[in-house]
Amino acid sequence: MIETTTKRIQAFMYYRPLFYQLVLKDVRLKYRRSFLGYIWSILNPLMIMCIMVIVFSQMFRWDLENYPVYLIVGQTIFNFVSEASQQAMWSITGNAALLKKTYVPKYIFPMSKVTSSLVNLVFSLGAMVIVFVICHIRLNIYMLFIPVILFQVYVFALGLGFILAQGAVFFRDIQYIYGAFLTAWTYLTPIFYPIQSLPFQLMWGIKHFNPLYSYITQFRTIVLEGIFPDPRLILYGCVVATASLVVGCVVFLKNQDKFILYI
Amino acid sequence: MNQQEKEFAVVVEHATVRFNMASERITDLKEYFVKFIKRELMFKEFLALKDISLKVKKGEAWGIIGTNGSGKSTLLKLICGILKPYKGSVEMTGTVAPLIELGAGFDGDLTARENIFLNGAVLGYNKKFMTEYFDEIVEFAELQNFLDIPIKNYSSGMAARLGFAIATIVRPDILICDEVLAVGDYAFQNKCEKRMEDMRKQGTTLLYVSHSIESVKSVCDHALWLDHGNQKMKGDAETVCDAYISALCG
Repeated sequence: MIETTTKRIQAFMYYRPLFYQLVLKDVRLKYRRSFLGYIWSILNPLMIMCIMVIVFSQMFRWDLENYPVYLIVGQTIFNFVSEASQQAMWSITGNAALLKKTYVPKYIFPMSKVTSSLVNLVFSLGAMVIVFVICHIRLNIYMLFIPVILFQVYVFALGLGFILAQGAVFFRDIQYIYGAFLTAWTYLTPIFYPIQSLPFQLMWGIKHFNPLYSYITQFRTIVLEGIFPDPRLILYGCVVATASLVVGCVVFLKNQDKFILYI
Repeated sequence: MNQQEKEFAVVVEHATVRFNMASERITDLKEYFVKFIKRELMFKEFLALKDISLKVKKGEAWGIIGTNGSGKSTLLKLICGILKPYKGSVEMTGTVAPLIELGAGFDGDLTARENIFLNGAVLGYNKKFMTEYFDEIVEFAELQNFLDIPIKNYSSGMAARLGFAIATIVRPDILICDEVLAVGDYAFQNKCEKRMEDMRKQGTTLLYVSHSIESVKSVCDHALWLDHGNQKMKGDAETVCDAYISALCG
């Protein structure tokens, strides 16, 4: 057990340049041939946020202070998880040509996809900062905790990505099922509505079974209320992230030798 | 390390490789359910290699011959580690340069310059190393004027040249070659053969798949003849090649 783990770590160190190059490739290719390039990483979330602010503040009129900030935090975190998991889902089947022709560790593909999504997330924090400035959000010491929140989300998305990537190899229908699932997930995450506006049972369910609630709420507490998030939320977030990664690794490593027969 | 590991570069013992032959043609619902229950819907077993044993000493050159679909490429993939044996075992000592398909790691949208680093990374080389050898690669591939155009605009011969140049910058302990040179022009083929010969002189072990019996005879000293996944004959290159030719023509 320890021996195989050391071997895996050695193999990862050996293929670290590949991991780096794959992330670099995704980041480079994302905006290649568009005029504004990386500026879209900031502009795009801003545009979507503006539309959602107009739609929801005019149509539903929830009484939320600093609604643009409330919205963009939820939107950014959710978009990251959605993008990372969808990209990771196709990473094995999409690299079939490479996997059939040379030996490279297979986990490197979902991992690089989730990581390049994280790089995009970091870019889009630029959009968030602009909104914070416009809405007069004050800097506070607890903001130093934000990287830890992002790390929790990253680990969670990584595990999810592994599960989906290996699933999609054997069962391609996952793409359609997951697409529908993501739509449901959007509405079951308090991105644009306050969780208090839900009936009690639904609220209870979301608080206990939707890990994104934990990550988004941690972030919002720091930014909007300027206080440190509830430790129970952090504990919950960390436990779910670890569980996701462990399950993801186990199923992925268990099935990876069979991939070649199905891609 | 025991004596055996020092002496042999590749040891394949009783290896069997299983493939997926699941057919996409299902005509009716009944068949669908029958296959579903037999678990043949997504997976149907097919043995591409049956009980192959091969021991290659360091510095030897083995040619692998046989008709189309006899399992030659499968054997090379097995040795590279792309496929795992269903039964049996495969062991290797030393670094491997797999030339199964040149430029397998190329991304069509990236430029040649970017692809050199990406493909180097597939082979496990870091950026510093690649920067050091960059000029040598470009020079060998003779693509100085095309470095900043996307690879998708390259001809297959140009991409193959670049792939070969990257894969052979360092002398590997084991070189695995699967008819990759067929796309290059005559001058480039000669250049590649010369580079392979230099490596052989310095002690690289070679595994070589080709349909050209002439080139197997000239490059290799040993040969393995595969027939529908079975090991038909192995030994001295001349003898095996002659037996293969007479079986085909006879």
